[in-house]
Amino acid sequence: MSNNRRAVISFSIMALMIAIVGFGQSWNVALAIVNLCLISAVMSMGLNMQWGFAGLFNAGVMASTAIGGLTALLISYAPVSKAWSVGGTSLFAALISLLLTIVAGVLVWKKTAKGKKRSWRMTAVVLTGYLFMRFFYEQGTAAIEAVDPAKTGFLGGMGLPIILSWFAGGLAAAGLAWLIGRIALGLRSDYFAIATLGISEIMISILKNEDWLSRGVKNVTGLKRPVPYEVDLQQAEWFIKLVHWFYGTAEDGKSLSANVMHEAMQLSAGVFVKLCYSALFLAVVLIILGLATRALNSPWGRMMRAIRDNETAAAAMGKDVTSRHRQVFIIGSAVIGISGAMLTTLDGQFTPGSYIPLRFTFLIWVMVIIGGSGNNLGAIIGAFITWFVWIEAEPSALWLVSHINVFLDESNPLRQHLREVAPHMRMVLMGLILVLVLRFRPKGILPEEAPDRY
Amino acid sequence: MSYLTGEKLTGGYGGPDIIRECTVSVDQGEIVVVVGPNGAGKSTAMKALLGMLDLREGRVLLDGQDISALSPQQRVAKGMAFVPQNQNVFVTMTVEENLEMGAYLRRDDITETMEQVFELFPVLKTKRRQIAGELSGGQRQQVAVGRALMTKPTVLMLDEPTAGVSPIVMDELFDRIIEIKRTGIAILMVEQNARQALNIADRGFVLVTGENRFTDTGEALLANEEVRKSFLGG
Amino acid sequence: MEYSTDLLNALVLISNYVLIPAISYGSQLALGAVGVTLVFGILRFANFAHGEMMAFGCMATIFITWWFQSMGISSGVFPTALLALPFAILITALLAVAIDRSIFSFYRIHKSRPVTFVVASVGVMFMLNGLVRILIGTDEIIFRDGQKFLIKAGVFKKMTGLSEGLALKQTQVLTFVLAVIAVLALFWFLQRTRTGKAMRAFSDNEDLALLSGINPERVVLVTWIIAASLATLAGVLYGLDKSFKPMVYFHLLLPIFAAAIVGGIGQPLGAILGGYIVAFSEITATYAFKKFIKYLAPGDFVPDGLAQLLTTEYKFAVSFFILVLVLLVRPTGILRGRVL
Repeated sequence: MSNNRRAVISFSIMALMIAIVGFGQSWNVALAIVNLCLISAVMSMGLNMQWGFAGLFNAGVMASTAIGGLTALLISYAPVSKAWSVGGTSLFAALISLLLTIVAGVLVWKKTAKGKKRSWRMTAVVLTGYLFMRFFYEQGTAAIEAVDPAKTGFLGGMGLPIILSWFAGGLAAAGLAWLIGRIALGLRSDYFAIATLGISEIMISILKNEDWLSRGVKNVTGLKRPVPYEVDLQQAEWFIKLVHWFYGTAEDGKSLSANVMHEAMQLSAGVFVKLCYSALFLAVVLIILGLATRALNSPWGRMMRAIRDNETAAAAMGKDVTSRHRQVFIIGSAVIGISGAMLTTLDGQFTPGSYIPLRFTFLIWVMVIIGGSGNNLGAIIGAFITWFVWIEAEPSALWLVSHINVFLDESNPLRQHLREVAPHMRMVLMGLILVLVLRFRPKGILPEEAPDRY
Repeated sequence: MSYLTGEKLTGGYGGPDIIRECTVSVDQGEIVVVVGPNGAGKSTAMKALLGMLDLREGRVLLDGQDISALSPQQRVAKGMAFVPQNQNVFVTMTVEENLEMGAYLRRDDITETMEQVFELFPVLKTKRRQIAGELSGGQRQQVAVGRALMTKPTVLMLDEPTAGVSPIVMDELFDRIIEIKRTGIAILMVEQNARQALNIADRGFVLVTGENRFTDTGEALLANEEVRKSFLGG
Repeated sequence: MEYSTDLLNALVLISNYVLIPAISYGSQLALGAVGVTLVFGILRFANFAHGEMMAFGCMATIFITWWFQSMGISSGVFPTALLALPFAILITALLAVAIDRSIFSFYRIHKSRPVTFVVASVGVMFMLNGLVRILIGTDEIIFRDGQKFLIKAGVFKKMTGLSEGLALKQTQVLTFVLAVIAVLALFWFLQRTRTGKAMRAFSDNEDLALLSGINPERVVLVTWIIAASLATLAGVLYGLDKSFKPMVYFHLLLPIFAAAIVGGIGQPLGAILGGYIVAFSEITATYAFKKFIKYLAPGDFVPDGLAQLLTTEYKFAVSFFILVLVLLVRPTGILRGRVL
């Protein structure tokens, strides 16, 4: 079966599954799944560039997602002027101390000859710099975090439309990736994986603890949406007309009772908002898909795959493997960063505590492997399937448990336990799917296309 | 029929054939040397005897028995010992442990065999507790040969044992190999240093592009004008 | 006189909050890291499921402990978990071998790239993660019984007349003693037995090991049994010392990997060293030295802040920093392990 046919079939099945959820459960649930599938598709396309194109084992996908989310917060939240006025100068002084320390350190490193003298001077510079920085930093953060801690207690953002953060999030993730690449690229695959895993853990620690920046575990809620709010929609005349028209034709002109109409209104508003998001997300997915497909089939993409398939040979042919890797690592991370900003936009809130590696790193890995490493469409279908299973595994498991429970007495503690732990079925299911795909279909649902076709 | 014979071996590592209808044989108490230019398939021929590549045609006979279907490990158990060219010792283990690992398949007492190896290579006895990775190149080769001898093999195969060692060490090593031959072991050796190797060889095979070109006694090959010109540098 | 009391107080303080916790945490990391490094050395991949294997082992121990307790079996002053441990080790080892047979062995036969093994281990990580939560739930469980303290802070204060107390938990001593016993047994096995030497040979040079007639499947089997046993032991000791929470074991993965790499991949001794290095660095870097400095500094000097290098939330950064430092300065690790 050709890849094209397989792609059509898999996407059709996926659409059918979502339609079943739509008719069976509700369209709100179905569309919520679709939206997260689309965001996941962006993530998995980003990781696919790193892993599928270039063979980089990035176990720190979460770092890019999180910094994208942080950017969404920093772009859209209104600035907290009081916090800036009480702590801004100190933080600025801390930043200046940091920069001065770096400059002084570089100077000492370059001017002093290698030896004990240099080590001593370096230690002195770093220590002094650290003390100054720490002093200003503590002063500043304490002041900022004391500003109305129940509501703000952080610097806030820039108060710009959140949709801008999709670009800014990509840039921020690219910047972070550049930094990570400086440290970790050039390491062999297993080391690289462990190093990136570490960086992502540190990144989350920062977000959880630097309250002045992100409010930490107190979370930031109520980020402004790029799409209308349900309550406003229900008041808007054009929307009411739209709903009437929709139901009017569907119900063959019969007017509906006020109660039913009210319910329909609520449902329609929810669906409408989700559809708006879907349109935005779909646009991003299509743009990135287009760019990624072009990149993959360009000489650049061929070179990447050549490096992936035989690093030694590529290096011997004069390809600068590390700098190519850095390139693709930065681009892939930027794409993941965009998805992180999109996710925070959809959630309307930034919750550092929700970032866990299993969900934000390894689940994305499952998506790429299942879909087909090296194939962009594969990454998308992988994201859809994985996310669908991830979400629907829980109700399915609960359903299953409720049937097992027929045989158990109401007071049986096992019954209670089973109901509590049913959600974890999805972990087992994910692992099982990953292992089975890896074993029986290692190239994924849509295998990478042979380069000689281009 | 020789003790170990590779008959019309044809095959490679999954790609194109590297050796074609190549025949190599060795008898007990005899040193046979395989020489030839780079890329002639010398090492490949030896690996074919050991079962380390896919043979498309030909068969390997050991003591009259067809062993073509056996895995390398099974052939080792049958008395074939092999000293690879590179990474032929356990660098993180002591000399003594290297020898013990050589005798891994044996369940009987190995102290006697170890003593024999130490007699052959006295320097190893003094360094028996030293880590093999810390030894000189020549000493490492001794450990490698010693490890192979620990199975009490009937056939000893050496892949370029003198690669990268000094001429003095090479002579020393060849002397030891002659000593090993006297115990009645069949020795098959692939060598870059063709002239010196043919000097100690009873018979020699000259391979070119994976095929037999000359087969004769060592002396005769050394005397052969054509062999001298093409492979021995005049 | 007064200064010498201060000095003693400072010493007690640092023992209580840095030395003793670091030794027991270091022992736990070391046991985990030895397992990782053995799998690394023999199977040549970073096993991302190792943390979950520790969680599984600890869970099995807890179930057996509960069962024993319900039958009234206990080991007096020692935790009942110690009685349960051998059975849990058996179960975990069986599980590890079953996972190897059903998942990893396929890629060995097909000589897959190491990274395929890593991805497969991610799959195993998911499955074990879910399995543990399904079986025992996600709540924190304290399964320590028997005597809690060997030395209580208050008693110590009374005894010595110092103002600082020294508390020594039984689990801390148990951790250290059991770790030492396990490590000694492991080294005896690796250095003295035929199978142990075969494992070292296989880790050193796979091809030559095969030529020597060493059976790779047997070596792999033994490796998994040892790795699972050490993982169970490490998981149980960590759980006894603190408490059992399924989620913490994943986060132990990073310090454990760091310890294995710092010590040199494939070097069990290095992994132990690495475990203590990581533990000491982590605890020292996140300890607030305020009181310590107050005791030692002349006069009434008291530092302004907590004199803490990093807040405890940043302990990951310490493992990571050590990891990167070693990879940049000495990629083979302290004991010259393999470079991947």
